[in-house]
Amino acid sequence: MTRYMLSVHHTGPYAPMDTPEAQAMMAATGVFTEKLKETGKWVFVGGLEPLDTATKVDGRDGQVTIVDGAFTESKEYLGGFWVVDADDLDEALELGAQASKACGDPIVVRPFHGA
Amino acid sequence: MTHEPLLLAEVERAYREEHGRVVAALTRRFGDLDLAEDAASEALVAALEQWPTGGIPPNPGGWLTTTAMHRAIDRIRRESHRDAKHQAALMITDDTPHAPTGVVEDDRLRLMFTCCHPALPAEARVALTLRMLGGLTVAEIARAFLVPETTMARRITRAKGKIKAANIPFRIPDETAVAQRLGAVLDVVHLVFNEGYLAGAGDDPIRADLTTEGIRLGRLMRVLLPEDGEVAGLLALMLLIDARRDARVARGALVTLDQQDRAAWDREQIAEGHALVRECLQRVAAGGAAPGQFQLMAAINAVHTDAADPRNTDWGQIAALYDQLYAVTPTPVVALNRAVAIAELDGPDVALAIVDRLDLDGYHAWHVTRADLLRRLGRSADARAAYDAAIAATENPAERAYLARRRAELEEVDDSAPREPERP
Repeated sequence: MTRYMLSVHHTGPYAPMDTPEAQAMMAATGVFTEKLKETGKWVFVGGLEPLDTATKVDGRDGQVTIVDGAFTESKEYLGGFWVVDADDLDEALELGAQASKACGDPIVVRPFHGA
Repeated sequence: MTHEPLLLAEVERAYREEHGRVVAALTRRFGDLDLAEDAASEALVAALEQWPTGGIPPNPGGWLTTTAMHRAIDRIRRESHRDAKHQAALMITDDTPHAPTGVVEDDRLRLMFTCCHPALPAEARVALTLRMLGGLTVAEIARAFLVPETTMARRITRAKGKIKAANIPFRIPDETAVAQRLGAVLDVVHLVFNEGYLAGAGDDPIRADLTTEGIRLGRLMRVLLPEDGEVAGLLALMLLIDARRDARVARGALVTLDQQDRAAWDREQIAEGHALVRECLQRVAAGGAAPGQFQLMAAINAVHTDAADPRNTDWGQIAALYDQLYAVTPTPVVALNRAVAIAELDGPDVALAIVDRLDLDGYHAWHVTRADLLRRLGRSADARAAYDAAIAATENPAERAYLARRRAELEEVDDSAPREPERP
């Protein structure tokens, strides 16, 4: 058993919540998560607020600096993620494929260190 | 010890032959590729120490597997951090030495699917397969792919690291996944065979061990997937090419297809290859999937091996098959091979015009084909330059010998009076 993060890689702004496409995505994502919980492989799920709500804080040199924004130079950003416990990468990839179909974005499957 | 060099070679041969089995068996038992590989290396060291005095055991593979198994267990006991998987493995008191059938083949096939997993970069898949199943050293693989040894070592280490950290399974995929994964595995088997058939470097122009390994893996795939056309096609392709092995090199120089002694071809392998190609044709005729690249390449080689005399080769059919192949895999290399058939059908000038448009400057076969077409057109100075480029682009000694001879034959021709082309 290995713990994986299935992260949603989104490009561009999300559709406003009251649009049919956003509603359909939320519904499909909800169905996938419910099914995942039934299998016992679910650990965590979270959708993130848009990137313009992010704040970067840097405390490395003892002096804390706070800046509006995130670490991102690419157009792609983290939209949300699932954490799952899967038997192996094949199973995690299968869950990733279902998650991708539900949320409409590509998914990156990454193992947790030592888990 | 006087016989030591011979014995060393024999130990190395046994090790290479058995490497895949040993690593596969240990990976299944311990679930750890690194541990399996290290234990296999330690077993080799033990063999090199013990066999020169005690003699080669009657079942070298069994000896190596058992020894590697004990070394792996010793290593796990030494290590302070034993995870649950290792402890579980230790509790299995299965000392069955080296089962000769069934399970072992399955283990190697599992290892094959692990090494060729789509989550690994393509260049790492073939390297891992050659390292784990073929038992080649990192240095040999690096030479085969013309990269520095440190680069190849990093590539293999990174791939093994990913297999471990991401938990890439040691398992034959289920029926639906096999169809998706198969292409990657067949590509790797084909590359292993090709590397053996015409090794990029080294003293042995045809590395029979790698071609044999490729064919063996191909047969294994066919046992697993007897109904798949591409699996049958790849096996047929390898058999039909390998059947010409003995005729392909004479006195250290490569012999081209048209010059080969066709009586020296392996009739049994050709018959087996032809039967497989017929089976593929029937499957397609009965409404099966359209033939993929391996079935088409096998069909091309079936046409070549069908002709008892090279003058009877059905070049029209070969060109038509290359057209189909180009439709499936539109690569410049396929276009180059198609041009060779065009040279026979429409003349070397037509073929040269096609060849010159291909962007294959770094590919030695492009220079070889150009050189041959220029020679046939009587353009000796251009041909000479092309032979030089071809010789510079290959390290295979038999091919270099062949090209050097061809080039030397050109020197005798007076450039001021170009001869008539050989063919209309």
